[in-house]
Formats: sequence, structure tokens, C-alpha cells
Amino acid sequence: MSALPSEFSLRTSTRRLSDRIGDVVLRGLTLLAALAAVALLGAIVWKVLDLAWPSIRHFGLGFVVGETWDPVKRHFGALPFIYGTALSSLIALLLATPLAIAIALWLSELAPRGVRGIVGSLVEMLAAIPSVVLGLWGILVLGPFLSHHLEPWLHDNLGFIPLFGGPAPTGTGLFTAGLILTIMVVPIIASICRELFLQVPDELEEGALALGATRWEMIRGVILPSTRTGIAAAIILGLGRALGEAIAVTQVIGGGTIISSNLFGPIDTLASKIAASYQGAGSGLEQSSLLYLAAILLVIGLITNFAAQVIVRVFDPLRGAR
Amino acid sequence: MSAVTPDFTLRPSGGLRRRRIVNKVMETLGTAAALLAVGVLFLVIASVAVRAAPALSWDFFTKPPALFGLPGGGISSAIVGSLLIVGLATAIALPVGVLIAIYLTEFAPRRVAQPIQLVLDVLNGLPTIVTGIFVYGLFVIGHQQSGYAGSVALSIVMLPLVARAAQETLLLVPSALREASLALGVSRWRTVVGVILPTTFGGIITGGVLAVARAAGETAPLLFTTSIFNPAVSTDVTKAMPNIPVLIFTYSEQPDKALHEQAWGAALVLMVFVLVASLAAKALLARSRRKLGR
Repeated sequence: MSALPSEFSLRTSTRRLSDRIGDVVLRGLTLLAALAAVALLGAIVWKVLDLAWPSIRHFGLGFVVGETWDPVKRHFGALPFIYGTALSSLIALLLATPLAIAIALWLSELAPRGVRGIVGSLVEMLAAIPSVVLGLWGILVLGPFLSHHLEPWLHDNLGFIPLFGGPAPTGTGLFTAGLILTIMVVPIIASICRELFLQVPDELEEGALALGATRWEMIRGVILPSTRTGIAAAIILGLGRALGEAIAVTQVIGGGTIISSNLFGPIDTLASKIAASYQGAGSGLEQSSLLYLAAILLVIGLITNFAAQVIVRVFDPLRGAR
Repeated sequence: MSAVTPDFTLRPSGGLRRRRIVNKVMETLGTAAALLAVGVLFLVIASVAVRAAPALSWDFFTKPPALFGLPGGGISSAIVGSLLIVGLATAIALPVGVLIAIYLTEFAPRRVAQPIQLVLDVLNGLPTIVTGIFVYGLFVIGHQQSGYAGSVALSIVMLPLVARAAQETLLLVPSALREASLALGVSRWRTVVGVILPTTFGGIITGGVLAVARAAGETAPLLFTTSIFNPAVSTDVTKAMPNIPVLIFTYSEQPDKALHEQAWGAALVLMVFVLVASLAAKALLARSRRKLGR
């Protein structure tokens, strides 16, 4: 360690040549690998912007608020997909956040000791299911169920709200995508929150209980307030996952370019629009516009990730040091 | 001591009863949420297993997909392709990830380690479709889709996972071990290669297995790099190779029921592989941590 007093360190002249070279080589190699990771992130940003450049030059920033995606008239805009991305992620977060926090609380505070490990691993297994498998399940099992049962029921009972319009005949649409994303996001938020809740000092929890608080009051008064920032970071990380998920969403969202208030209608997210056109797009402009969508997604992804990481580091400086 | 008669009643009344009811309701909701998550997991696994059952046969594992419109066929070429693509990706990501972890834990001053760590965490959260687009721009435009392009894309997905896992095991190595080696006059690099790496071998391997489990199910990075392929078995990584995730994805988008059945079969194979690999890795990880005394 470099902290050793210098009189104890072996003088370089007495060290074998192989050791001197070995030290330099290992240090250089590992430094190179670390720098490569940094360069990789830079290269990704540069390359994606470079690919999208023809469309960026053609449409400028107006692309972001352009409402039409018309390959025939060669007019492209990202707004429908930004809308689809925002709304599907919003559905996912609204459903997933309370669920995930409840699961995390149950796992860290309420569950009998013997069950904790098992249920905890099962929830983590949910995160391990490949997205393409979840999408297959979504399109062939969940979608038909929604279009035959839940969506007609919501439409009949709450149809006066324009969100609950006519159900999609095949069950593919924004709502199905939101539900699939919920399944993907819950384990992410739950496992981070569980770690957070376990870090709350026992003395604080026991103090609250000793003062006569019920378990729920202890949770509301001690655990949740002291982990607020971390929970926010967990939600943003979940948001990042929901925004960027391409495959499962492509499978269940139906594909469309018209903004509609009907939650059950088909639309596309930024990621799913890109993924759906993997077999190639028509004109050069259409292709570079698709890559412009990728550039927007990249920027959104970078912002959410940086935000989450910065919050985590401010909240828990030790993590940054590791 | 004389007995004290309390002038208050111990039976819950009014406010306390209400508080207890609220507590009970909230506890029940928490339990219900956990049950729901586990229920969804079993629902997905069970429906995949039930629907995959008719597809599973000897032919399914040993034959390539049937030509368009013909019955039968299997996923052998996709299995071979997936193994090669993921294997190559691991061969790229594992050494680089371990080197990064060594730099961060053994050499880097904190000031330098923090930004690199941040970059790794951001890379980990990047939408994988963007990673696919990046590799598409790098290797596919002007050339053609290829297995190795898919491997490079997957290795970018794996890199932060491997680096993080390796870093966590490296940090578990007792500093006494490191200091003992250095005190004996062993050089820095020999300490790392001869003392530190061998003790973390198990942890690094399990981290690698976890990353493989994640990469095996990734579809988005492969869509633009190795998706338009000849269905025959091939080991040529310079051409687009069939692989399981893309096969499931394309079949699921078709209206053909027979293809759906094949997709369910492939999904079961993929899911079993991923779940078994991640469970095994987690069990091993717990064991290697215990061995390092934590």
C-alpha cells in the first residue's frame, strides 16, 4: 500500500525487473479498461447522434413536438411516441410504486424470518424473467384476458372518463403495455427499497414501538421519512427501466402513430417504435428519423440515470466510494 | 411493594382501537402485495410451461426451424446461435469487467474511482435498444448483420454487471491478506494476480453467470445486429445467426398458431436457463461471501 512509510518500501533498484514491469503493466491495463468504459459511453452518445444527424438537420428540435409520423409525405415527428412513452411509464409507476413499497415493507418488517429469504428471492426472480418471454405472455395471455374481461368492464362502468374508451379487439394497447411494464418495474423498486428499509437503525424503530406506536405508525413516522430520498431514487431507476424497455412493449402495445385519449388504443413508445422497425425502414429520412427517436431516448435515459445515481450518492455517500 | 391499582383500563378503546385497525389493514395490504407479486411470477411460469408442453419433443431440440409453411421443425439453430453469441459476449465482457474492477479497488484514488463508477452505473441503466443501435451503427451499416456484432452489443450490456460483481467480491478480500503479501515484499501485481484474484475467483465467476443469465434473455441489442438470418444451424459468427430471443420475438408477432407454440417452447427453454442460472449464481455467491467471512 502506498501508505507505508517510505523507509520501509523496497528501493526500486533492488526490485526485480519483472516486478517493476509487471506493476506498470497491470496498472496500465486496468486503467485502460476503466478508461475504455468511459470512452464507450462517449462513443455511444456520439454514434447515436451521428446516425440521427440527417433527421436532426432536417427537422431540428421541432421534431420533438411534431405530431405526425407519415412515411408517405416524409414528414416525421416524435410527439406520439413521447406521449406513448410518458403515459405507459406513468401507468407502470402509479401501479408499481405502492405495490413495490408494500412488498419491501413486508419483506423487511413484517414477514416471518423463515419466509423472508424465499419470498425475497421469488420477487427477484420476477426481475430475471426475460422481457421477450413476458411480452409473449402479454400478447397471448394477458392481452386477450384484458380485452375480454377487464377493459369492457372498465369501459361500461367508467366509460364517461375518456381514458376508458372502447377495448382493443386483440388486447394490445397502451394499457396492456403499462401493466407489463408494472411487472418489470415492481421487483426493481422493491429490492432497492428493501435494502433501504433494512438500513434504518433498529434503535429508531424500537424507540418508536416503545413509545407505543403501532407497527404502521412506526413505518409511517420513522421508516418512510428517513428513506424518502432513496425511495425517490428507486422510483427514478424504475422509471428508467420503463422508459427504455423496447421488446415487451413492442409486443403488446399494438403499434400506432395517433395520439388518443383512449388508454386501450394502440400507440408506440420511443423504444417500441425503434424496435418494431428492425427489418428496415423505407427512405433514408425515415431511417434517420427512427434514429432521432433513439437519440431522444438516449438523452432521456441519461438524464433519468444520472439523476437517480446522483440522488443515491447524496443520500448514501458510502455507495459512491465503493 | 403494595399492589397498585391502575386508574386506567388496559382494554383498547376509541383512538387505540382505530389505530390498531389501521395497522392491521396496512399489514394485510403489505402481505397481499407480496402475495400478488409471487402469484404473478407463478402465473407467468405456469402459463409458459403449460403452453410449451405440446411443443417439446426430441425434434424440437435437434432440428432447425421448418421452412416457411411446413409443419414441424425446432430451435436447434437458435440454441447453437445463442450459445455462441452469449459465449463470445462473455469472453469480451468478463476480462474487461474484471480489469475495471481491479483498477477501481486496487489502484484508483477515490477522486478518479467515483466518476468511473458513475459511468458504469449509467451504462447499466442505458436502454438496451440504444446499445443495439450503437453497435448497428458501428458494425452493421455498410456491412451486414453478424453474430459478433450481437456479441459486442451483449457484452456492453454485461460489462457494468460483471464489473460491479467483481468489485464487490474484491472489496470483501480482507485487507490483512493484501497487507501480508505486500509486507513479504511481494510486488503489487503479484499480490493482485497471485493472492487477491484467487480468493475472489468464485465471486467473479458467479457474477459472470448472473451477467450471462441477463444477457441470454436480452433481445433489444440483437434486433439490429443479428435478426435477419438463415434458419439453418450455423457457427459462422461473421453472418447473422439465429438466436432464441429474436426467434421468440418474431414468432410472437406472427398470427400463425404453430409458430406461437414454438415460441412458447423456446420461451420455456430460455426461462428455465435464465432462472436456474441466476438461482445457482445467487446460491454460490452467498457461499463465497460466507467463505470470505461476511
